[in-house]
Amino acid sequence: MGRIQLKNVTKSFGETQVIPPLDLTIEDGEFAVFVGPSGCGKSTLLRMIAGLEDLTSGNIEIDGDVATEVPPSQRGLAMVFQSYALYPHMTVRKNIGFPLRMAKMEQAEIDQRVETAAKSLNLMDYLERKPADLSGGQRQRVAIGRAIVREPAAFLFDEPLSNLDAALRVGMRLEIGELHERLKTTMIYVTHDQVEAMTMANKIVVLRAGVIEQVGSPLELYHKPQNEFVAGFIGSPKMNFVKGPEAEKYGAATIGIRPEHTDVSMTEGAWKGRVGVAEHLGSDTFIHVHDTGLADMLTVRVTGDISVKHGDTIYLTPQADQIHKFDTQGLRL
Amino acid sequence: MAIVAKPSRFSKYGRPTVAWVVGLLFFFPIFWMVLTSFKTDADAVKPEHLIWFTPTLENYLNMTENYDYWRFAKNSVITAVFATAFTLVVGIPCAYAMAFNPSKATKDVLMWMLSTKMLPAAAVLYPMTFLTKSAGLFDTHFLIILVLSLINLPIAIWMLFTYFKEIPKDIIEAGQMDGVSTMGEIKEILIPLAWGGIAATALLVFIFCWNEAYWTVRLTTTDAATLSKLIEGNRAPEGLFFGRLSAVSAAAVGPIVVLGWFCQKQLVQGLTFGAVK
Ligand SMILES: Nc1ncnc2c1ncn2[C@@H]1O[C@H](COP(=O)(O)OP(=O)(O)OP(=O)(O)O)[C@@H](O)[C@H]1O
Ligand SMILES: [Mg+2]
Repeated sequence: MGRIQLKNVTKSFGETQVIPPLDLTIEDGEFAVFVGPSGCGKSTLLRMIAGLEDLTSGNIEIDGDVATEVPPSQRGLAMVFQSYALYPHMTVRKNIGFPLRMAKMEQAEIDQRVETAAKSLNLMDYLERKPADLSGGQRQRVAIGRAIVREPAAFLFDEPLSNLDAALRVGMRLEIGELHERLKTTMIYVTHDQVEAMTMANKIVVLRAGVIEQVGSPLELYHKPQNEFVAGFIGSPKMNFVKGPEAEKYGAATIGIRPEHTDVSMTEGAWKGRVGVAEHLGSDTFIHVHDTGLADMLTVRVTGDISVKHGDTIYLTPQADQIHKFDTQGLRL
Repeated sequence: MAIVAKPSRFSKYGRPTVAWVVGLLFFFPIFWMVLTSFKTDADAVKPEHLIWFTPTLENYLNMTENYDYWRFAKNSVITAVFATAFTLVVGIPCAYAMAFNPSKATKDVLMWMLSTKMLPAAAVLYPMTFLTKSAGLFDTHFLIILVLSLINLPIAIWMLFTYFKEIPKDIIEAGQMDGVSTMGEIKEILIPLAWGGIAATALLVFIFCWNEAYWTVRLTTTDAATLSKLIEGNRAPEGLFFGRLSAVSAAAVGPIVVLGWFCQKQLVQGLTFGAVK
């Protein structure tokens, strides 16, 4: 079991309040992702759940029991750190078996569990090596192995993949997703990579300056962002925002339109502009459009490869049913 | 052509020369003492035998009957070993707490500990003597071990603190997440990772304990008297037994010089607070 509830939790470092009062429930078995810009308090929140950081006020409950004063070693949660935090003086086998040895488990049982974990993580060939002799991806797998052997109530991940190269990151992302499918254990995952958030989460928690802006499934956030911040944060490339008379036509202070929800034509359309940089990804082309008189720049996505030249005139038409409307406060209408 | 900095002439020749001169200057008294220890007491005071003399082992062979060397040596070993152990047992958890769970006062506590080393020992000589005598601790091993530990704790904690600071906090936190108790954390993670630093600290504390003279001379008479006391107690004003005294002095500093020689690397690392990993 691993149901985690934060009740009216706050955190201050000295005079500065990093987390204003916050409530959040993560259900058992959920894959929750905390996203938000750098410095918004994601790690702090995760470390408070782990017990590594004291709460300034409020309570944390794990499976209904108040855990606020319980030391990290007694909470039954496992954490995977961005820096891996492996024990450099122990072999991979010792590293993975460490939590079990601390729990005074019998050696035979430890060996067996370590082998099972090592097999599932493709670490069998490295069991006798020290962490210093492993690649980044292997180290991260050891860190995950160390977390899974003890069957924790929940896993906490703090940007576990950000030190890996792009290809490895995609691979590990799938492995962690796979792990969640297999174990069905609660996972809380911190990242500022919204692709990770979208692909892995059941529940995304968008944070800004310690405040929860929105909680929801990836598609909820994509289709129904509650405010401009979430709308701009979720989705890549970023949503285009248009203010002024054009927005007023739709009865809003600001309208948002995603790059993939704009039709493009070289001959006619609602908005006229000039082509700036075109990014060709092969499968898609992102065109940055200037001089529309609506915003500094609008980004549009065109499927496939389209040949446009810098300086060409281009026409854009937003898909009417995909326009997000926001009021003067930036809230969804 | 790549431009590289050329070593100046001073750093090539001058520096080693200066280093050698300073080294020899410091070494000279020891050399003199060792030389004298092989002279008879009569030869030792004669200028014509300054360099040329007939060496004798007599001073060393008669050391036990002349001075009861082994009793003092035993006391030195006992007090230094136990004081070093005690210093580490107290210092390691203390430095651990300050390095990984610092509070607002941690910096002040560290400074305060260091400030105790600035107090002249003579200032507390009378109260110390009085207190230890009335507590019945005067001239006991227990007292000397306690005093040696206390005077070395500040420097030991400072050194350990600096070493522990170099261990990534994540690793300590990973230990906590893996269910280790505080003592387990110290034993399983901290000590293995800071082993080099702890060894250097232990070595230095041991040397300081061995060499300590101010308190060991003043707070002992016979039972707990260390080699420092032996040398101090046999200062003959007229230099009557120069040869013998040199031999016993050489035998007193000998072990520590040898120890220091073999552990040079750790010591240098320890004193420069260098690489833990
Ligand atoms: N020990 C500390 N003392 C003082 N301020 C801190 C401390 N730890 C974090 N902060 C502050 O709290 C805020 C939140 O930090 P946190 O590390 O949680 O951000 P984050 O969302 O994880 O950012 P990132 O994506 O860069 O990791 C930051 O403004 C940071 O400066
Ligand atoms: Mg962070």
